[in-house]
Amino acid sequence: MGYNCVVLIKQVPDTKRITGDVMNDDGTVKRSALPAIFNPEDLNALEMALQIKDKFGGHITVITMGLPAASDILRDSLFRGVDEAILLTDRRCAASDTLATSYILSCAVKKLDYDIVLCGRQAIDGDTAQVGPQLAEKLGITQITYVEELTELNGKTITARRNIGNGFQQVKAPLPVLLTVTGDANEPRVAAAKKMMKYKNALTPIEIQQKITAENPDAVQSEIKELAEHKYGKLVEKGLLIKQWDLDAIEADLSWCGMSGSPTKVHRIQSVVLAAKESKEIEPDEKAVSDMIHELIADKIIA
Amino acid sequence: MIEVNRKGEVWVFAEQHDGRLEDTPVELMSKARHLADTLGVKLAAVVLGDGVKDLATKLIQYGADKVYLAEHPLLRAYQTNSYAKVIFDLIHKHTPQIVLYGATIAGRDLAPRIASATRAGLTADCTDLQIGDHTTARDKKVHKNLLFQIRPAFGGNIIATIINPDRWPQMATVREGVMPMPEPDGKRKGRIVEEEVTLAQHDLPLEILEEHKREKKVDLKAARIIVAGGAGLGSKDNFKLVWDLANCLGGAPAATRAAVDLSFIDHDHQVGQTGTTVRPSLYIAVGISGAIQHQAGMSQSQKIVAINNDPDAPIFGVAHYKIIGDLNEVVPMMIKSVREKS
Repeated sequence: MGYNCVVLIKQVPDTKRITGDVMNDDGTVKRSALPAIFNPEDLNALEMALQIKDKFGGHITVITMGLPAASDILRDSLFRGVDEAILLTDRRCAASDTLATSYILSCAVKKLDYDIVLCGRQAIDGDTAQVGPQLAEKLGITQITYVEELTELNGKTITARRNIGNGFQQVKAPLPVLLTVTGDANEPRVAAAKKMMKYKNALTPIEIQQKITAENPDAVQSEIKELAEHKYGKLVEKGLLIKQWDLDAIEADLSWCGMSGSPTKVHRIQSVVLAAKESKEIEPDEKAVSDMIHELIADKIIA
Repeated sequence: MIEVNRKGEVWVFAEQHDGRLEDTPVELMSKARHLADTLGVKLAAVVLGDGVKDLATKLIQYGADKVYLAEHPLLRAYQTNSYAKVIFDLIHKHTPQIVLYGATIAGRDLAPRIASATRAGLTADCTDLQIGDHTTARDKKVHKNLLFQIRPAFGGNIIATIINPDRWPQMATVREGVMPMPEPDGKRKGRIVEEEVTLAQHDLPLEILEEHKREKKVDLKAARIIVAGGAGLGSKDNFKLVWDLANCLGGAPAATRAAVDLSFIDHDHQVGQTGTTVRPSLYIAVGISGAIQHQAGMSQSQKIVAINNDPDAPIFGVAHYKIIGDLNEVVPMMIKSVREKS
């Protein structure tokens, strides 16, 4: 028997490559100035789903909630072997915190047939690790977090090894289940050349619209719509139109989405002074050492 | 979610495994005590387990005014659903204004599940907590005495202060090792409130087949502050300076390969190419020359303080604060200064 897997993926700014020039003067980060990448542990989650499919068969759907540019990681997933990709994009999703995000994702996942939902343990832009467990709660299913190995899948039960910090645990749970997968779980496969050839021209509707608008700067709305419809039709014939959903398509309650659905707000953002290798020489005397400690406390380096 | 309740208590989820309290929630007690005092409310610890009443007494010694004790045979081992259910019920019964969890594996597994069920906010992996006011930009409404949940974000490149103005309780997980462990006070008095628990087997969907725990090693990766010593310390006895400085900063002691080879400290503490790679907020290098293999394991630290009597030591090339001097004099000065400030 095969298993239906849904993998939640996210496009993230490559926070490992932040330098001084991608910071705004107010200390916020210019997201657009950073290269956007496939969140690393989401690739491990995807790989785990692909291995399940290799062994047992079944169907893999990937979903990403994000801006139109996130279509890139959907194509990347198609190159690696998923069956279906969905872009969940809607301006009304903006400013969603982890609770609103997990609500929106749960509405999308509920539209699908699933046995196993897989997420990366955490995303490198927020490092919260909250969306997985919150999504499991919203779906009313069991969660297994920090999974480092899928030990066994047998009928309607799953056995997995999870990292518990100072050791590991083997746990067994009935399906359906949600797993959050760590970077130690596997080595994600690379894109397959054949699939790359097949899907390199796959597009989401919003990308098509953006492309047509750019190519026809003088066209009016109705003309663009007509051209886009024509292009959709052509891609559908070739199986290259990537599915796109908005909040209406997943029947989300708008009061639980975006800003209004987010209990947490940002009070303040401060930039961390980057290690510019700017160094100070401290005299080895009590006054200088004490001033240094004071500075480290003021900078919240010492709690 | 619960309504804003200014009289609500401050809670700490006192995570325990096999009858032993985790360090992180205990570390949290001193900060939580401070928050409760600032707000003028009671501090309560919440313990779940089976036969763990003795922990309640300890938690009072660590600063709790009250301990909610939920005991049940099905709470013996931690499981997401059973623990989440019990805490969810307690939150709705007692309406605390703040609930804090250690950002341990279990804490980060549990807190989001509770937040989702409660439809309340949650901030992950905080490194500091404060009480403060917030003015909403749109309507200039002032929210007094909110919990400021302070955490690094964007790979540690920014520090964000997060608030949860109206969908309470205000909840956060707090990173391991960022707050100093309080000293127990045997004279403290507090109240133990035994809570009745109703659980059925279906509240425990997981079957724990086996569990392997290693003897707890030092977790250098999770340490926010690391004090590392090198061969320059001279002897195992003198290496105690590293331990002392690490202890007073709430940091972890570490070492170079040279110091480990000289048996000053166990290999678990080794930083560098053949040891652990770390990137703490603060790395204090004591008597370390700074071989490239060592630098590979620590140069990504946010702030580096180096103490060495050799002005040409390579470690100074990556240090933000260079102290050229005798470590036997400088380290005690640092300890003294830290003790005075905290």
